[in-house]
Amino acid sequence: MTTNGKIVAVNGNMITVKFDGAVAQNEVGYAKLGDQRLMAEIVRVRGVKCDMQVFDSTTDLSVGDDVEFSGELLAAELGPGMLTQVYDGLQNPLAELAKEAAKISKDAEFFLQRGMYLPGLPRDKKWDFHPTAKVGDKVSAGDKLGWVTEGIFDNKTMPGHKIMAPFALKGNYTVKTIAPEGDYTVTEEIATLADPSGKEVKVTMMQRWPVKVPIKCFTERLAPEETLETTVRTIDTFFPVAVGGTYCIPGPFGAGKTVLQQTTARYAKVDIVISAACGERAGEVVETLKEFPELVDPKTGKSLMERTIIICNTSSMPVASREASVYTAVTLAEYFRQMGLNVLVLADSTSRWAQAMRELSGRLEEIPGEEAFPAYLESRIAAFYERAGRVKLKDGTIGSVTIGGTVSPAGGNFDEPVTQATLKVVGGFHGLSRARSDARRYPAIDPLDSWSHYNSVIEQTRVETARKILRKGNEVGQMMKVVGEEGTSLEDFTTYLKAEFLDAVYLQQNAFSDTDATTPVERQKIMFTVVEKALLSSYKLADKDTTRKFFMDLQQTFIDWNDKPMGSAEFETMKAQLIEKIETAASDK
Amino acid sequence: MFNNKVYHKIDALSGSVATLRAEGVKYNEIAEVESRAGTSLAQVIKLDGNNVTLQIFAGARGVDTSAKVRFLGETMKVPYSSALLGRAFTGSGVPRDGGPEIKDNPSPIGQPSVNPAKRIMPNEMVRTNIPMIDLFNTLVKSQKLPIFSAAGEPYNELLARIALQADSDVIIIGGMGLKYDEYLKFRSTLDKSGALAKTVMFVHTAADPTVECMLVPDVSLAVAEKFALEGKNVLVLLTDMTSFADAMKEIAITMEQIPSNRGYPGDLYSQLAARYEKAVDFDGAGSITILAVTTMPGGDVTHPVPDNTGYITEGQFYLKNGRIEPFGSLSRLKQQVNKNTREDHRTIMDAMIKLYAQYKETVEKQSMGFKMSAWDNKLLKYGADFEKRMMDLSVNISLEDALDLGWKTLADNFDKTEVGIPSKLSDKFWPKK
Repeated sequence: MTTNGKIVAVNGNMITVKFDGAVAQNEVGYAKLGDQRLMAEIVRVRGVKCDMQVFDSTTDLSVGDDVEFSGELLAAELGPGMLTQVYDGLQNPLAELAKEAAKISKDAEFFLQRGMYLPGLPRDKKWDFHPTAKVGDKVSAGDKLGWVTEGIFDNKTMPGHKIMAPFALKGNYTVKTIAPEGDYTVTEEIATLADPSGKEVKVTMMQRWPVKVPIKCFTERLAPEETLETTVRTIDTFFPVAVGGTYCIPGPFGAGKTVLQQTTARYAKVDIVISAACGERAGEVVETLKEFPELVDPKTGKSLMERTIIICNTSSMPVASREASVYTAVTLAEYFRQMGLNVLVLADSTSRWAQAMRELSGRLEEIPGEEAFPAYLESRIAAFYERAGRVKLKDGTIGSVTIGGTVSPAGGNFDEPVTQATLKVVGGFHGLSRARSDARRYPAIDPLDSWSHYNSVIEQTRVETARKILRKGNEVGQMMKVVGEEGTSLEDFTTYLKAEFLDAVYLQQNAFSDTDATTPVERQKIMFTVVEKALLSSYKLADKDTTRKFFMDLQQTFIDWNDKPMGSAEFETMKAQLIEKIETAASDK
Repeated sequence: MFNNKVYHKIDALSGSVATLRAEGVKYNEIAEVESRAGTSLAQVIKLDGNNVTLQIFAGARGVDTSAKVRFLGETMKVPYSSALLGRAFTGSGVPRDGGPEIKDNPSPIGQPSVNPAKRIMPNEMVRTNIPMIDLFNTLVKSQKLPIFSAAGEPYNELLARIALQADSDVIIIGGMGLKYDEYLKFRSTLDKSGALAKTVMFVHTAADPTVECMLVPDVSLAVAEKFALEGKNVLVLLTDMTSFADAMKEIAITMEQIPSNRGYPGDLYSQLAARYEKAVDFDGAGSITILAVTTMPGGDVTHPVPDNTGYITEGQFYLKNGRIEPFGSLSRLKQQVNKNTREDHRTIMDAMIKLYAQYKETVEKQSMGFKMSAWDNKLLKYGADFEKRMMDLSVNISLEDALDLGWKTLADNFDKTEVGIPSKLSDKFWPKK
């Protein structure tokens, strides 16, 4: 029996509804406005009234309007057809929305129409189903029933898209029927499963899963030990990210959070990237949208868009779906993880998500915590990042979800609640600094304050030595501001120049140069060896001016070297040149 | 369902907010409030059972408890036609220039967000002939960019200069909390250059009711959107968005909302974003570019208004001591266009700023009385040249001239190997002595 209700109050995007039957927390309902139905989610129940956040503008709703409850939690559709899509926070495909809106009027197609919801997976597209399970097989939640080919899942360079038994199954089931090889839509039945009591479940290639509940069809969680190659030198060498790990990028505006996220989305060595543009600028999403189809993924040889899904709930889109968007993103990621893939979720920005919670909490008139954020802010952030992880699936394969979230702290001050709550739960901290970005030292990851618990691509001891020089160089730099260059010893001054050199040639990376933008681990190892030589040599240079000149020249050559593609003749000659320069300066003559 | 009933009893009045009992009222609907203070429009901002909360545009001063309230059954609309061009209105659309009222094509304000899938990538530079913008932080068509400034800085002059020099079909000026003489100055500047004929002004002056201030961005952008859908390139100039945020704060506090940061409502970010995100390049129609002044109280960029703005907009210009600061100023979209201007554009941009940053450090050292090395002296001379040739707001040269001047400035002060420019470029562009 469906529950119905009537609106008794409207305040911003929050409505209060008096209902007649049973409702559940987080259940979805629809407020009726003429022939439109506005989607809403229950956030609080009190007696016979419940408060609901509406995923659309509440303009024109009035007291007494009908509300219909669906009996379901907010869920995502999982199955073939998600790759390359651009969804809003509720998994409505944006391109389809535009087509649908165009039917209203010419101008209407430019705008997101209220009350227009479309299925996340295309309903008319047929997929070539290849069954692998046989009648009589015992299966449980998440077990493979067959596969289809979809984009990068071409069954050649990568296995096909796995069709799995519904994650919601409890216990063991027997395959009663399985569809023969052929083309099916996502809503056509491809198998029937029966539980021990004989009760049958019909299975299609699509399943719905409530976004705020983690998918847990795996045997064990593994430690995140392997480094995830982002090809950003500062990250991979100094502040690495692990496959299945978590990291955050807090930074004031203009410090390069988004560029860093985009670079990572482009070059990270993973199978699938899910980018959640959560409450950020629409322009940046458009950039990804238009550029990714043109870029080639070195792993599959196909366009980069083929491995990407964008969840785009930009800042001017309804704030309630912004709150949902990060959950939608991570649910999609967990689905692909169940296929034994490595998935990277990039959430930009988690502060906007936290602010959405704050807006909601304010409307509910809850007792506010610090900076008016709700008291449950920390536990929500922790629960979100906990959905990352490297897991061993039932068939023994390993899949992972890695989460990287940007944080936009108010005033660029890391002491605010969202940054602090995030730092408690992540494994890597890439703090962006205003001072670095002002000095155009990109990526502006602060090499002294940032940290990571994960394994670097270079031996830890060597990285530590380099960091020590950085730290010492910075100290000397600070000291020099007080005592001046003349009051600094040549030895200290050299350390300072060494630190500056390491920063200029290794930490800084030009995201807009084709060669320099991405440094594979192999190249990082070669580069690091040369940098190390420059750092560890003791030079026999006469005075400060000669030393400065030497480092400037070395730096210039090194930067030129960074532009040379690896494997080219020039790459080798310049490497030899660099080593020779260092050795000459370090020798007595 | 049109509600023709007239209500005569207001239960509560506070600030510009009134509460009364009424039935069949829609959320965000407009009402007309007639009292001894005169007639004003009002908007429904909260429904709770039969209690309706109204925000009165002209303020509640003088509104009596027996005021006549009539609900109009529709949301706030703004007229739209080419007759708007050359005219000036208040925030609620009443002519402020003595001209006739315009009632064509009433269009709702605060319409839904643009579908990101229907946007195109911004790719056209907007030339301003100000080197600090064109060379270092290029303005791009459809960009949204604030000018962060402090009281007393010439931000309105800068805005007017950009309005005159930048290429656009329609200019819309939204003034919030403007002094009356500033409004007149805008008008006369635009009039003198002949740009007034393509300008629409929605102006709230400091003496007008607070609620009208809140309407200015919505009204301005709703009209801009209409022009853009007709294929026009529209430049929207808003000044000052801090007044807009303060008006929101005032209303939120009156409504007894829980404040989040320095009294501002928790949805400040979303509210600002809903306005700024109207900047767009439509796939198959015109565009909207937004330049908005945000004054920073006490010059503090971490104040909630500039802080939230910075996270929304595509960069920012800092106007300080009458010039655009190179540090902190940023055009996020410049990468889209500066690759197609001249091959040395990006390199000159980066190299000059890096050296200017070093100059700043040297100035600090110098002020502490340290001995200046040969390198320091080079930097000092370079810094002075840079400020004179690039930063001075009176410099009015094209991008190409600015680039040439950049090379000259580097060559005047440094050796080729000292500026950190890849040899293949410096070989080509380094001025021959």
